[in-house]
Amino acid sequence: MVTELANEKSAYSSALRDLMKVSGEPSWLRELRGSSFDQFERVGFPGVEQEEWKYTNVALIKRTNFTPVVNSNGTALSKRNGLAPFIYDETRDSTFVFVNGIFRDDLSSCNGLSGVVALDLNDALQISEYERVIRASLERNADGDNNGFELLNTALFAGGLFVKIPRGVNLSTPIQLQFVSEPVKGESPAAAFPRVLIVGEENSAATIIESYRATAEGVYLTNAIVDIVLDEGARFQHYKVQRESAGASHIATTRADLGPKASYDTTTINFGAALSRHDIHVTMDHEGASCSVDGLYMVEGSQHTDTHSVIDHRQPHCTSRQLYKGILDGKSRAVFNGKVFVRHGAQQTDAQQTNKNLLLSSEAQIDTKPQLEIYADDVKCTHGAAVGQLEPDELFYLESRGINPALAKNMLTYGFAGEVIEKIQIESIRRELDEAVLNRLHSDLTIDV
Amino acid sequence: MLEIRNLHASVDGNEILKGINLTINKGEVHAIMGPNGSGKSTLAKVLAGHPSYEVTGGEVLYYGKNLLDMSPDERAREGVFMAFQYPVEVPGVSNAQFLRLAYNEKQKHLGQEELDPLEFKDLLKEKAALVEMDASFMTRSVNEGFSGGEKKRNEILQMAVLDPKLSVLDETDSGLDIDALRIVAGGVNKLHDPEKAVIVVTHYQRLLNYIVPDFVHVLSAGRIVKEGGKELALELEERGYDWLKNGANKHTAAPVAS
Ligand SMILES: Nc1ncnc2c1ncn2[C@@H]1O[C@H](COP(=O)(O)OP(=O)(O)O)[C@@H](O)[C@H]1O
Ligand SMILES: [Mg+2]
Repeated sequence: MVTELANEKSAYSSALRDLMKVSGEPSWLRELRGSSFDQFERVGFPGVEQEEWKYTNVALIKRTNFTPVVNSNGTALSKRNGLAPFIYDETRDSTFVFVNGIFRDDLSSCNGLSGVVALDLNDALQISEYERVIRASLERNADGDNNGFELLNTALFAGGLFVKIPRGVNLSTPIQLQFVSEPVKGESPAAAFPRVLIVGEENSAATIIESYRATAEGVYLTNAIVDIVLDEGARFQHYKVQRESAGASHIATTRADLGPKASYDTTTINFGAALSRHDIHVTMDHEGASCSVDGLYMVEGSQHTDTHSVIDHRQPHCTSRQLYKGILDGKSRAVFNGKVFVRHGAQQTDAQQTNKNLLLSSEAQIDTKPQLEIYADDVKCTHGAAVGQLEPDELFYLESRGINPALAKNMLTYGFAGEVIEKIQIESIRRELDEAVLNRLHSDLTIDV
Repeated sequence: MLEIRNLHASVDGNEILKGINLTINKGEVHAIMGPNGSGKSTLAKVLAGHPSYEVTGGEVLYYGKNLLDMSPDERAREGVFMAFQYPVEVPGVSNAQFLRLAYNEKQKHLGQEELDPLEFKDLLKEKAALVEMDASFMTRSVNEGFSGGEKKRNEILQMAVLDPKLSVLDETDSGLDIDALRIVAGGVNKLHDPEKAVIVVTHYQRLLNYIVPDFVHVLSAGRIVKEGGKELALELEERGYDWLKNGANKHTAAPVAS
């Protein structure tokens, strides 16, 4: 154990040393990297003794000798070669590509985007207008609320991305952030630290698709932070589609801060990775903001997926909707922890939260905990959770019409997932999910009508 | 086409069917009548292969093959269809998707051409007209939020699409108003031909004015206690079932004086 720990530390700390050599970073960022790393060394990766990590054991991540990727890499990839299958039709000319966490301008295509600012984080930091907001994002919770993964990301991210949708700009083309994992030759498994900040100025509107894929099956770690800051009246849709390789660990934090009357609708899809954990935190600290925070996780085999969601109503007249659905097969395990806070004075809050799970095997396990904490009196809040199995009568009904049992199961599973999928506004994503759910039992089924 | 011999079936260890014998030839329409709880739906579900019902004795031959050896989906693809007394709601799966999938599974099985969504739409339109069903029902989830009558109509639409050889219609009349009854019965009659057979399960004579049976069988406490022609249905309408319940003589229309 001692040597493993030493290895782990040396790989991460030598990555930090490399990063510190990069010229041009503001001194506050160097200090922040250093202090985040010190803090990480003190607290380490989260353990199951911590309430928020009770059901998710990251011992494997601790034990694995990852090599943090801090330099541009993945030279085998090209736009035509390898990337094409990951890019949605709707975003052919509006995709930003990251390889092992590092933003790659050369692989990105943004001809379809005008009036949008998109810069490598380091370049954006050279522009004083952007430095303040980027700094606020990077220093967020630096006083102690970040967990070990978030600390490590802040210490070791390299080549992140800054996106700004200027005031009043209504983007009709969705933006895709494509995170690709590619094995690094001759090295131990890669650890990628994607870092993105997206700012939506007053009355802007945009759709962001955040997608995680791998060019090859393998073991690696993705440890991502995506921050979204919306000014007054901004309207954003955000899709996160996690289809990492079967051996991967995917740890991600999404933080969205909503300005007055801003709206943020997000759907998270978790299909991939051996272990995935998503912390999503939506803060409504201004009146009239609204959000919907939906998700679908579908796991099988020995996959483990954990969603920790916080929807924080801090001001009056805000609305939140949450629908998370889970499909669990094999010996998989899922965790859903959804907190909705309604703070003092957040009157006229309207919050609804639902988590529904479908267990397809008796060995699958779900721990669901919808949690409503209300400190205001004039509010409308509901929450609930459900766990169920496929209905034998529904299965028989389909079978009695000549549909074989595997197909019947897939159709009912698809029916269960439909509530989340049909709300998705990007047709390519809907199709992708339809297929993934329908072919869960490899039935080669297409039923688009 | 169908030969049921001394069929016994149980659910949760309770014997419900206690020796059913029934022969059905192609071209025939049979009515199975009987009081509530006599086992009519049980018989229909056993024929369709419902897993909750255990066959404890007897046999069922379908075109000479052992029907009971076949899984429910195989039976359906081989042309057995049951219209449910209580059709099941299937949330999230549209009627059109469901029907096309079922249709194509059968076509595949028979080595015939499968239809793509557009081709299937045309077929569905034609079949829906048969039961006067509105196109809006095709994009809705299967039976979800349908009224009782709409569900029954949807069952007959499925029958029309799947074009079965043997149809078992379990209380298809219940929940239908008189106009809907006429439409649905008309649909069933149009689908009938000399190569097919229909078993109509009902406990009212009403439906049999529209779907006229060649034979009527009366089920009571898991046994067929009386058989006759279509006039037997009228007699039952008049006299009820009570006179048959206690071991009536099967083949005479008059009650047994004993
Ligand atoms: N799943 C079941 N569990 C227990 N009893 C059942 C079940 N299904 C049917 N039965 C019983 O079997 C008998 C026959 O039912 P059924 O076949 O539905 O009658 P019918 O259709 O003639 O009204 C009834 O007494 C009913 O209570
Ligand atoms: Mg019945």
